[in-house]
Amino acid sequence: MSVDVEKSDRSPAGTPSPPEPIKAIPVRHYGRWVAALVVLGVIAALVRAFASGNVNWGAIPEYLFNADILKGLRNTLLITVLSMVIGVVLGVILAVMRQSKNWVTSSVSWFYIWFFRGTPVYVQLFLWFNLGLVFQYIDIMPIYKDEWSDFMTPFLCALLGLGLNEAAYMAEICRAGLNAVDEGQTEAAHALGMSHAKTLRRIVVPQAMRVIVPPTGNEVINMLKTSSLVIAVQYYDLLQAAQNVGRDSGVVVEMLILAAAWYLIATTVLSIGQYYLERYYARGASRQLPPTPLQRAKAKLAGLNRAGGTA
Amino acid sequence: MTSKSAPAKGSGVPMVKAEGVHKSFGAAHILKGIDLEVAPQEVFCLIGPSGSGKSTFLRCINHLEKINAGRLSVDGELVGYREQNGKLYELRDREVAARRRDIGMVFQRFNLFPHMTAVENIMEAPVQVKGESKASARERAGKLLDRVGLKDKAGNYPSQLSGGQQQRVAIARALAMEPKLMLFDEPTSALDPELVGDVLDVMKDLAADGMTMVVVTHEMGFAREVGDSLVFMDDGVVVESGHPRDVLGNPQHDRTKSFLSKVL
Repeated sequence: MSVDVEKSDRSPAGTPSPPEPIKAIPVRHYGRWVAALVVLGVIAALVRAFASGNVNWGAIPEYLFNADILKGLRNTLLITVLSMVIGVVLGVILAVMRQSKNWVTSSVSWFYIWFFRGTPVYVQLFLWFNLGLVFQYIDIMPIYKDEWSDFMTPFLCALLGLGLNEAAYMAEICRAGLNAVDEGQTEAAHALGMSHAKTLRRIVVPQAMRVIVPPTGNEVINMLKTSSLVIAVQYYDLLQAAQNVGRDSGVVVEMLILAAAWYLIATTVLSIGQYYLERYYARGASRQLPPTPLQRAKAKLAGLNRAGGTA
Repeated sequence: MTSKSAPAKGSGVPMVKAEGVHKSFGAAHILKGIDLEVAPQEVFCLIGPSGSGKSTFLRCINHLEKINAGRLSVDGELVGYREQNGKLYELRDREVAARRRDIGMVFQRFNLFPHMTAVENIMEAPVQVKGESKASARERAGKLLDRVGLKDKAGNYPSQLSGGQQQRVAIARALAMEPKLMLFDEPTSALDPELVGDVLDVMKDLAADGMTMVVVTHEMGFAREVGDSLVFMDDGVVVESGHPRDVLGNPQHDRTKSFLSKVL
């Protein structure tokens, strides 16, 4: 709109002057002012309560880059990423199995999803931890033989517990994505002589991704937070580290706030990544992609410069 | 390309041959014994009321639907089966796909791949199915786009094209596989009236080049002008067939007469 106005301003002399814009007194929204004041008041009261509370705020920046905290953070990110990889790969396999015409594979997939989605992940983690009661030894004949408790480290417990649980959810997300692609797409690909596998890989999956990516981003963020449950299997994650440091240094609550801050930073970074991934898979879906915040900021800056130059 | 003036009718095998073709979906009996022949380089039009089975028959030709009875062959080869020692063997998916390479299909709803640009849509099958190099496929795709009058739209996604433009890209996509037979399933039915002409022009151009075409259509003008044969189908059977001029101008059956009186 603003471009049009500029153009008419620059119209050559001689043409009739642009129509005079309407001058009217705008409607006053008193309700909005009241609402804003109330909300600001509540926020101010909360900030004051926290600031004057019995919290040693200085301890938080002090321990922000503490070696133990950073180790915990690294482990949390590691278990999140690896569990999601297991979840996505196994989820895709389960989704394809579920669609299969072979009833054995499709019912196995159904049963898997039923079990892992139907029990709390906390319980599953405990079960993995205590599986030594069932299997005393692990014996992969020629290569590996060990006692179960030595083989099943906290890391492996956490990884399997979170990853296998995630696979059940990812399977349902992938199935929904595959079903969302119009059947005409498969027909068109088949009519061109493309095989089933190629049709899936080149035509159906790229389009399903548009439906799959947003909920998967949610799953990643969820996983980051759910990973704090691995305390059940004594894996040394961010929360565990924060609690240890807090106990040793007498700043328990402060370290919990610090852990919350790190979780927030990590989820923020992940959200940004998700935004760009969604944009990539939205290509062709809408006529014109909206600019990214970065592009918008750049455009705004350029606009300011131009305005400054002419003034 | 050979000129249209001397269609090779009667010489050699028919491009499409149907003998007593039946097709049902569950309890619904859609095709009730279709017999017809399409000669090479012929433009063969199928008309009829909706639900008469014409689109289903078209989809049977490239095995998107399996027939239940009868024999259907393309260029002398059975569709979906191999005959050996008097027994029929079902074809593997891979073999079905290989047969489909030679048959182009254009859909009512275009079915372009929305995540690819126009030129990528056209390149996809030659590169992925025939293993053609990307450079050569891109060059041919450019020529095909030029042929359908959309040279400057190569980089556009389908959502950025009008319906008529999308359908012309879809025709170019089918042509990229250099098919010996083109199937058109109501190619102009989903288009705004003023966009129909551009698509029909591309099809006329194709017919003039000697392409064998089976066209399910409601465009009686096109059928009269370009068609070599015309079949009127109703309720799963062929009611009347002949030269478009005769069938459209002087229908013999009451059902044909009543249908034509509604659409002409």
